[in-house]
This record gives sequence, C-alpha cells and structure tokens, in this order.
Amino acid sequence: MADRLVVIGAGMASGRLLEHLFEQAPGRYDVTLFGAEPRGNYNRIMLSPVLSGEKSFEEIVTHTADWYAEQGVTCRFGEPVTEIDRARRVVVSDAGETPYDKLVIATGSAPFIIPVPGRDLPGVVTYRDLDDTNAMIAAAQRPGARAVVIGGGLLGLEAAAGLRLRGMAVTVLHLMPHLMERQLDPAAGHLLQRELESRGITIHCRANTHEIVGTTHVEAVRLDDGTEIPADLVCMAVGIRPATQLAAAAGLDCGRGIVVDDQMRTSDERIVAVGECVEHRGTCYGLVAPLYDMAKVAAETLSGAEAAYAGSLTATKLKVTGVDLFSAGDFAEGKGREDIVLRDPARGIYKRLVIEEDRLIGAVLYGETADGNWFFGHIKDGTDISTMRETLIFGPAFAGGPPLDPMVAVAALPDEAEVCGCNGISKGQMTSAAGRWALAAAGAVGPGEPRITPAAMAARRAA
Amino acid sequence: MKAERPGVCTACPYCGVGCGVVARPDGQGGATIEGDPNHPANYGRLCSKGSALGETIDMEGRLLAPRIHGQETDWNEAIALVAERFSAAIAEHGPDSVAFYVSGQLLTEDYYVANKLMKGFIGSANIDTNSRLCMASTVAGHKRAFGADMVPGCYEDLEEADLVVLVGSNLAWCHPVLYQRLAAARAARPEMKVVVVDPRRTATSELADLELRLAPGSDVALFNYLLARIDSTGSTDAAYLLAHVSGAAEALEAARKTDLTDAMARTGLSEHEIETFCDLFLRHEKTVTVFSQGVNQSAAGTDKVNAIINCHLATGRIGRPGMGPFSVTGQPNAMGGREVGGLANMLAAHLAIENADHRAAVQDFWDAPRICEKPGLKAVDLFRACADGQIKALWIMSTNPAVSLPQAGDVAEAIRACPFVVVSDILAETDTTACADVLLPATAWGEKSGTVTNSERCISRQRPFLPAPGLARPDWQIIADVATAMGWGAAFDFESPAAVFREHAALSGVAAGLGALFDITGLADLDEAAYEALAPIQWPVPAGRTPGGRFFAAGGFATPHGRGVMRAVEHRPPAAAPSPDYPLILNTGRVRDHWHTMTRTAKSARLSRHMAEPYAEIHPADAASLGIQPASLVTLESPYASIVVRALITDRGQPGTVFVPMHWTSQWAKRALVDTLVGAALDPYSGQPESKAQPVRLRPFDAAWYGLAIGQRELRPETDYWARARLGTGWQAEVAGGIVPTDWGVFARGLLEAHAAGQVVEFADAAAGLYRLAVIEDQRLVGAFFAGPSPVAVSRGVLAEALGAPWTGPDLLAGRAGAGRPDPGATVCGCFSVGVNTILAAIQEDGLADLDAICRALQAGTNCGSCRPEIAALLSAARPRMAAE
Repeated sequence: MADRLVVIGAGMASGRLLEHLFEQAPGRYDVTLFGAEPRGNYNRIMLSPVLSGEKSFEEIVTHTADWYAEQGVTCRFGEPVTEIDRARRVVVSDAGETPYDKLVIATGSAPFIIPVPGRDLPGVVTYRDLDDTNAMIAAAQRPGARAVVIGGGLLGLEAAAGLRLRGMAVTVLHLMPHLMERQLDPAAGHLLQRELESRGITIHCRANTHEIVGTTHVEAVRLDDGTEIPADLVCMAVGIRPATQLAAAAGLDCGRGIVVDDQMRTSDERIVAVGECVEHRGTCYGLVAPLYDMAKVAAETLSGAEAAYAGSLTATKLKVTGVDLFSAGDFAEGKGREDIVLRDPARGIYKRLVIEEDRLIGAVLYGETADGNWFFGHIKDGTDISTMRETLIFGPAFAGGPPLDPMVAVAALPDEAEVCGCNGISKGQMTSAAGRWALAAAGAVGPGEPRITPAAMAARRAA
Repeated sequence: MKAERPGVCTACPYCGVGCGVVARPDGQGGATIEGDPNHPANYGRLCSKGSALGETIDMEGRLLAPRIHGQETDWNEAIALVAERFSAAIAEHGPDSVAFYVSGQLLTEDYYVANKLMKGFIGSANIDTNSRLCMASTVAGHKRAFGADMVPGCYEDLEEADLVVLVGSNLAWCHPVLYQRLAAARAARPEMKVVVVDPRRTATSELADLELRLAPGSDVALFNYLLARIDSTGSTDAAYLLAHVSGAAEALEAARKTDLTDAMARTGLSEHEIETFCDLFLRHEKTVTVFSQGVNQSAAGTDKVNAIINCHLATGRIGRPGMGPFSVTGQPNAMGGREVGGLANMLAAHLAIENADHRAAVQDFWDAPRICEKPGLKAVDLFRACADGQIKALWIMSTNPAVSLPQAGDVAEAIRACPFVVVSDILAETDTTACADVLLPATAWGEKSGTVTNSERCISRQRPFLPAPGLARPDWQIIADVATAMGWGAAFDFESPAAVFREHAALSGVAAGLGALFDITGLADLDEAAYEALAPIQWPVPAGRTPGGRFFAAGGFATPHGRGVMRAVEHRPPAAAPSPDYPLILNTGRVRDHWHTMTRTAKSARLSRHMAEPYAEIHPADAASLGIQPASLVTLESPYASIVVRALITDRGQPGTVFVPMHWTSQWAKRALVDTLVGAALDPYSGQPESKAQPVRLRPFDAAWYGLAIGQRELRPETDYWARARLGTGWQAEVAGGIVPTDWGVFARGLLEAHAAGQVVEFADAAAGLYRLAVIEDQRLVGAFFAGPSPVAVSRGVLAEALGAPWTGPDLLAGRAGAGRPDPGATVCGCFSVGVNTILAAIQEDGLADLDAICRALQAGTNCGSCRPEIAALLSAARPRMAAE
C-alpha cells in the first residue's frame, strides 16, 4: 500500500514537486493536496499580464482538475490547514484531521504590510494571488480611478504598469533612491524610471509612507514630508515574508523561513518544505527559478533518491510589456569587481556585466535582454570569460567568431612557406600575425582563437 | 538604354608600363575609366590603381589659384614675381644660382619647355628630376654600354622569352599589367621559366620557378659569376663580340675574380641556387633580364646595370625577339623626360652636355642666347646646394621632394633655406608646398594635353577629358609664361602642346644628325589635328622610314665607335654597413595600391583598403630578439631621423633586414617619412641615391594605448602616433598614444568632431582598458572609436561598411560581424572588395582548387588582376594541407 503524502499549499513549488514525484516514483504515494485558495495551481508570476488584461486567468492555469484526477491527487482546495500534529502525524483543517506518512510544507509567503495607520482601510490591497488581482481589476473599472503603489520593486512595478494599462492614474512610491534596487544599478533604475514615466506613471523615489488616509475607504497616501497623494486604490508591494506560522507552531526549526537542509528536509525528517516559505543556508527566495530547483530536489528526497540543493543564483525579468529588463547575479560594486558597460541611451539600452576573477558574477540588461539567459548560464557555470571578454557583452552572436587580426590594417598576407613546410607548427608561428594567417589558411587553427590570452589579461591587470 | 558617353583615349599617369585608358567623363567632374583595348602596352588591361583613376580626380585639396606667401593672387602678379626673382638671382649670382627640380609626372612637352628655359636661356644645367631617384643608374648604365639611354627591346620580348629573369623588381605590384602579360604568356607556355632575384619574397615570387633571395646589394657578384660561367662554358657569342662589342676582355677578367665561393659569400646564396640560375641562363638563348629599382636605387646601381647588360652583350642576346636587358621605369614619363634631356647631366634629345658640337647644335636650334657649359646639380646635390645657400631661386614642379628624397627631413630644411621657392602642383597641401613662397596651380592628369613615353619607347598621347579647374594652367604654359616675362618671349611663343612637340621632334632630327638614336622626325610635322589623333607609336620614328623596332641585334650602338661596351665591374657592398648601433638594413619600396607620395591614390578608398597604414616588414627572428609584438608599433631610427610604423612580422624579408613602403607622407601619417631615414649615399656615375640599404635600428614604440577611429568628418588626430586613410564614406585613422587620456568620452568626441546633438553609444571595460564609442546623427553612424591597451582587433571591413549607414544598434561596438554575417577579412581584391576570408572559404569550404575557378566564383581578380598573385599565394598555402587530408 502506498504511503500517504500530504502537501500543504497548492502553489508553483508544490506543483512542480508533484510533477517530478509522479515521474520518478509513480504510485509510491497517495497524495492529498491542501490549498488555501479555492483553486488549483496556476502560474503566479503571470498574474501581471492578467492584471494588465493581456492574458486571461485560464491561460495561466498550470494544473487542471483533469490533471489532478489523472494523477489520483485528492484535492482539498479552499481548505486551509490550521495545525500540524507531528506526534500523531496528522494535519488539521476545518474538515478534520488528515494523517500522513510524509508531509510537504509549501505554504509560500505572505505580502509584507507596512505598519502605518490606515493599512486596514478598504481599498488597500496586496498583490499576491488571483483574488488580489481581481480586486485591483475591479477598482480600475471606475473611470478616473487613481492608484498608489507602494513599492518600486519587481512586483510593485508590474502592478503599476498593469493598473496603468487598465486606465488608472498610477503613482509609485519607493523608499529607495532608485527603482528595483535589488536587481538594478542606479543607471538602469534611472532608465526604467524614465520609461515608466513615459507611460504616464508617476514615480516618487525616496518616498516614505507616513499614513494611509481615509475614513470608510482609502482616500490618499500621506508621505513623511507631508505630501498627500489622492488614491482610490493602494497596492502594497513592499516585499514578502515566508509563511512559517504553521511550521513554527508545530515546533519545526524556523528562522526567517522554515529551515531545511540540502535535501529540503525540515528538522522533522518526515517533513520536507519547498518554496518561498523555506530558508536554505540562511537564504530565502522569492523568485520562481529557485523554487523549481528546490522542488526537484524535494521530489528526489521523497522518492528515496539522493539529491542536494546547493542554493540558486537568481535572475529576474520584469514582466512589463515593452520594458525589457533582466538582472542576474551579484552586481554590487566591490573591490576586485570589474564592470563592462554598454550604453545606448537613445535606444534605451543599458548593459552592465560584473566580472570578478575572470568570472561573470552579475549582469544587468535593460532594453535588450535576449542574451539574458546566456549571461545567466555563464554566471551559474562560472565560465572563465577572459578569452571572450572583449565581445562578451555583445552576447553569443559575437562569441567564438573568427579571430580578428589588427594586421588587417596592413593586409598581412599569408606566409605560404610556413605552411608548405609540413614541419609542424611552432609556437612562434602561432603568435606571429603572418603565421596565424598562414595557419588559418591551412585550417590548422580553428575559429575562435582568442586575440587576448588569459596570460595577457592577467599581465594587463597586474599592470 | 543610355547612350554610351564618348570615350577619350589617354594614358595612365602611374607606372612606366604606360597603359592606355579610355576615360568617359560623366559630365559632373568625374569619369569612368577602362583599359584601352587598342593600346599596345596593355590591350585593355588595367591594374588596381589604373582602374581606380576615376576615384582620384575630385577637386578635393586642389590648388586653384596662384598664391604668394599663402595669399591667393592672379597669374600676372605671380608670373611677374617668379620672373623677377629668377632674373634677379641670375643677374646677381649667375645662372647656376637658380634651379628647377622637375618630375617624371610631367608630360614631354612640359619637360621640353623647362629644359629649354634652363639650359638654353638661363644657361645652366641645374634642372634635375625625380627620375634621378628612380632611373638614373639605368640611364648611366645604358649610356656606358650603348652610348645612349636606350631600352633595346619591347614588351613582347617578355612574352616571347623562354627565360625571364626579374632582378630587383616586384613586377606584380609595381608594373602589374606587364606582370600579367608575363603571367599569361607563362600560362600559355608552361615551359617558360621565371627567375626572381630579390632579397625579399614578394608577390612576384609567386611566378618564380627559382627564387634567389640574395643579400642586399650583391647583384654584381651574382651577374659577374654568371658572366664568368658564360665565359668558362664557352657560351659567349664570339662573332657578336668581335663585330659589335668592346671591353669584353676587361669585363671578363673582372668577372673571373668572382669565383663560386666568392659569389656564395657575397650573395648568401647556395651553390645549388647559383648554379641552377647559371644553368637556366646558359640553356635559354631567349632570355630577358628585367630590372628595376632594386638595381637602380643603389650606390652601385650603374655597375649593377652594366653587370646585367654584360651578360646579354657577351651572349649576343640583345635586340632580338625574346632577348635583352630590359629596364622597367617607375614613372609614366621618366622616358619622355630622358628624351628631352631633362636631367642635369643630359643636354637635350639624347645629346651630351660635354660635347661642344652638341651644345652648339642645340643652341643654334633654339636660337638661344647661351647654352649650359657643364652638367648641373643632380637631385641630392641640388638640395645640398640649397642648404648651402648656393641656390637663390628654386622651382619645384609636380613632385614632392620633401618626402621622396633621401634625408627628406634635411631636404625640407634645405628648401626652406632657399630664399625664393616656387612650387607648381595640382594640390595645395603637400609636404613640399608647405615650404614654398609661391604656389602655381597646374592642371592635372585628365585636364592636360601632351605625350608620355613608356618603358618600351612607346609615345602615347595624354588627352584632356575634364576642364581645367579654377585658374590652373598646363605646366608648359606656366614655364613659357615665366620665360616670356624673363624676356624670351619669341623662343617660348608656343600656341599649343602640339607646337612644343613639333619643336621637340624637329630637334631630334638635329640629334639624329649627330648620331643619336633618338629620332622622331617623322612626327615633326604633325598639325594640330594629327597630333590630337596621334596613336601610340614606338620610337624611333625617322621621317620616311618604318618606326619602332628593336636595337643592337646587329650592333649600331650610339657610341663614337659604334660598338657596344662591356664594362669591367666589381662588387661593391652598400655604402653604409650595418653596425652595432644600426644593425639592421632598411629596404624601401612600393605597395600594390599606392603610388609615390599618395597625393592621388590616397583619395581612393578602394586603393587605401589594401594597405591602410605604413608598416615595417620585420623578420620573426629580429622581432623576437627585439621584443616586438605583431601589429604593435615600432620606431625605426637611422643617424638622420626616426619614424614610427606598424610592425608586420613576416619572413618575407631576411633576418637583419626591414622593409618599409615609401608612400606615407605627413598628410597621411604622423611620422612615417621613410626617406628621412635614408642617407644620401650616391652612385658615383648616376648620382642616384641608395634607397634600399640604409642601416637602421628598431625598437618597440612605447604605446600605452592603441586606437582606431572611423568618421564621416575628416579625422585629424593629434596623437603620438596616427595614420589615416580614406574610406568610401569618410575617414579611418589608426592612432596610439603614450599616455591614456583622462576621459575617453571627451577624447573620442573631440577626435570624431562629434556634434553635441549627436547620440552617443559607449562601451567601457575600465579594468581591461577598453573603450569604444559610436556617434549617431540622424539615425546614421557618423563616427566610431575603439581603444585598448593592445593593437585594436576589430574588423575594419565591417566598420567601413557601417560608416554612414543606418544605425543598427550597439552591437556595432563589438567591432566584428556577428553570427551569420561573415567577416570578409582584409581586402585582397580592391576592384570587387573581396576579402581574404571570403577567398579562403572558397578554397577550403567550396573546394575551389585553381586560380581561375576562384576568380570566376568570386569575381576577385577579374578586373585589373593585380591581386591574382596574392590569391595564388593563398591557394598554394592551402593546397598542401588539402593534399594531406
């Protein structure tokens, strides 16, 4: 008889975990899936296009009722779990107790609500799920309606852009000096601000919310400096915190999130946790790629296979139509870090790569992001980029091209004798311009021979 | 269909092959250029330079009005001043206090009038020409051997020979059409053998069955040994020697001093190489020995010429089809200049200054008040005399001695030291016009009318097809105007170039009467219409007899005794030997697509692409020991000056030698005047300077950064190093500096003269020292700059195409073609812009295995054909590899 697996949370992390699990250990578990929302798993990161009206909800559903039925999953949607009794190995919900042999906690995160007066007024929403999205869409129906988005991060800007597309007058309030400071450097943040402003979104940086004003409904947001911005809708998008209450109450080790090991096991070996609710090696994640990485490892663990999660590098794309923005890795300035920068302000293109010890460690792309995943790949792989440094920022289309020769200026011609001799090819010939031509002519060196060798780069840095 | 515009048949203004071209003016100041299918020099072929003539006739930089001390003026004032100052100098200091320095670029008529004024009316022989730098040793050698400056054969001889020996001649690049005729003949008769005697491997070597890379300056040893072998094998033509040649015994005795050991030691060649060469020569009666600047530009140049001629006289191989010594000249009208006597040691019409009868005859013919009594100052001495203060008034016509003469830096100083300097030129700004008091605007090729004589004695008309711009006048007219203002109007009352030519032809009759072989009396009665219609014709053109033909097969030399002369010559090493301070030997020469001081060819973007920068060919062994990296910059120093050029590391030259092209002037590079390095060692007989064996030293140029700029606006860099060239839509500049600019953006904008309104795209990798910038105006790329700590590795072809084109995005700053857009590589075929990578792809990927197949597939080499040796070299480099696979 199959073990009983209970999964708390029907979001993207658990959805991916189940897919892996059914693939690797079909029939191993009898699965019961609890979800607080009254619906199955959908692609939460695609809520922004739903908000903006560019997609319908149906288009972002990832697991249909049919899929759950096919996999034999018992769905308990709209039924929040209120307690985990580890001693008795049951979870408790309004409908009673459900026993488990193994438990997955995938409770995700909750939006952070800034503790200012008026935060509970009707018209103040967060941006987390379909209900939030629908509430905002409803608010935007009223002609002339005004929205204030608190938070100029990824989520806040997507909300602002969506609301603007829905016809609202939108103001973004951001505490920090530039937008998306976790993903962007000031230059790219500035370009982004200019772009969003050109779409009619008002942006205030260094804006600290003092109070949300209103009696029966939100009316305005007042800043520390006394500025009051009228609002019919206030969307708080200042961050998330892992949803750990259930796990903490059950006595599992929790820090900022539920502490897991590299196998995604909590302090109770029968319980694994995945997604935004966990803390792995001190890090909590809020992006989708790490969730998928975790889901894969957790599925292995539950299948009895060996796998380890080593943490994720994160890459971000802003999903605002017409704004191409990508950031990955670490791009804070620091000693030993070198920048490669490409700026085309007229076209709104800005690219910055951060190099440390001949490795790409961070990338910010604005305006042209097609090469984002290629850069991200190099960041993850720790590729030694010294040989392609000169063309790196121009992307894969320029990597590994034919070697370029400054002697082109004087049209060095091939030195046929060096090829005719059939005496093998000396190092000296390799380094002479004429020699290289001859070798290329003979097909003796492949394309992509680097112009700048690692040694030359090292010497250059030393100098 | 558009009616074809009428074509004007004229002659190419570049090398001494003297090709006929058909120019079709477009009515807007330009013209299309084709080879003249009826011209006997080229039968329709043209080289890369000739093909691009249409790109060089714009008005940019033209001198359009006379200038006195930089101020424009009219002709009356300018002519009056020139006449007054020359007359005053002559009155006060005598005739030898004035001088003309003229050019193989002048037409025969210009030359004639200048020579007449100086020798017959001023009464001095202080008229010399830049042909001195080119051909003087051949002139002297010819005169010593033949009694006259005479090329005995014709171009067909190269085609009919069974053995062609090319000595000191990169024919493929310097006389491309003649090379193509030779290559075609060899292709038709594969049994024909070609020997290339040159210290350097060149494009011409591609044709060689035997390459003799001899030590610089050792030609006499090689040919003396050959002469000794001719003698020892009994291969002399005893009958010919007996009937027609003097001096054989002495010459053979001198030659026998060079035994094999000696020949090997002098030339550095192996026994096998030397004996193979001798055997080829002995086996093939139909042998032509072509020689050029590698022979002439030497302190032993005249002896080298005679060493070669000796071998032909000894074997009687002269003046018969497919046989003879054959000098090819560098300039379109060096021969015409020699015919009128436009050299300081000639009189006129092949007559001798030293001969009183000759002097009297010419004076009489000219009805001249006086006649020069003795040879004048030859080029190098002429400018020394300027420096010494002996020359009070100097007139330079149509040449750029501040660039081209040895110790050119001193020459510029010498010109400035002369109290009164006149320069007639077509351009306002050259290194020489910068030294002038008076500038006189001359008409250019395409505007002027006259004749030129090529290397096979063929006289061709240069015909105008464009109007004279501004106030420009033909040189003959300017000179005649000055002569008139000096009081000799009656003798210079020429109404047309035809009138000048008639007088020149009539004078040749006087010369013929005195035994000269130069006789064109058959042309002395040409009326204006006949002159206008004159078809190319080989001299002699004696009145009433068949023109043309070869000389000396049956003797008939122009010496007093009518015999040819074998001269006893001995090997002399170059005048200056390498020393620990100056251990390398500098050789100078031409590149394929530039000519002389680039005043014309640099206007053409197509021509500028082949070699866009001055460079030094350095042997890998020398580069390694001196720490010189490929494509870095190097400083060359001689005791006289230093230059900075790009290092091209190649084993084309020999260890211990460096080759630098001679073309780049101060208009095109910061400091690349190679002739400033060359000492003024002269051939004792010809006065020709030794331009190919100057001891120098070499060291890396200490550049902190290297850069490349392209711009639609003219680039005028002020960096420590720069060299610039034209692009189709603007300019290119290679730059470098000793100190990295503090703000790259400011520096680059300044260099590109970027307007504040332009959009700027930047790439920066500060840690790697890389900076790049593009300037976009009206959605088009108007400039770009690339800099880095090492020589800039970008695809110049890709950038050249992007300049002026719609801006496609910041990827341009990658400086190379992206995926799917192949980089054509360095231009090999200038006519169709075919790059080296494209050709290699055709060979390697498309499997094209013979030259014609490649040329057909890519069009490369199918117009002028100048690049065919280079394509052949690429093919032969790839072939063994393919065979091995």
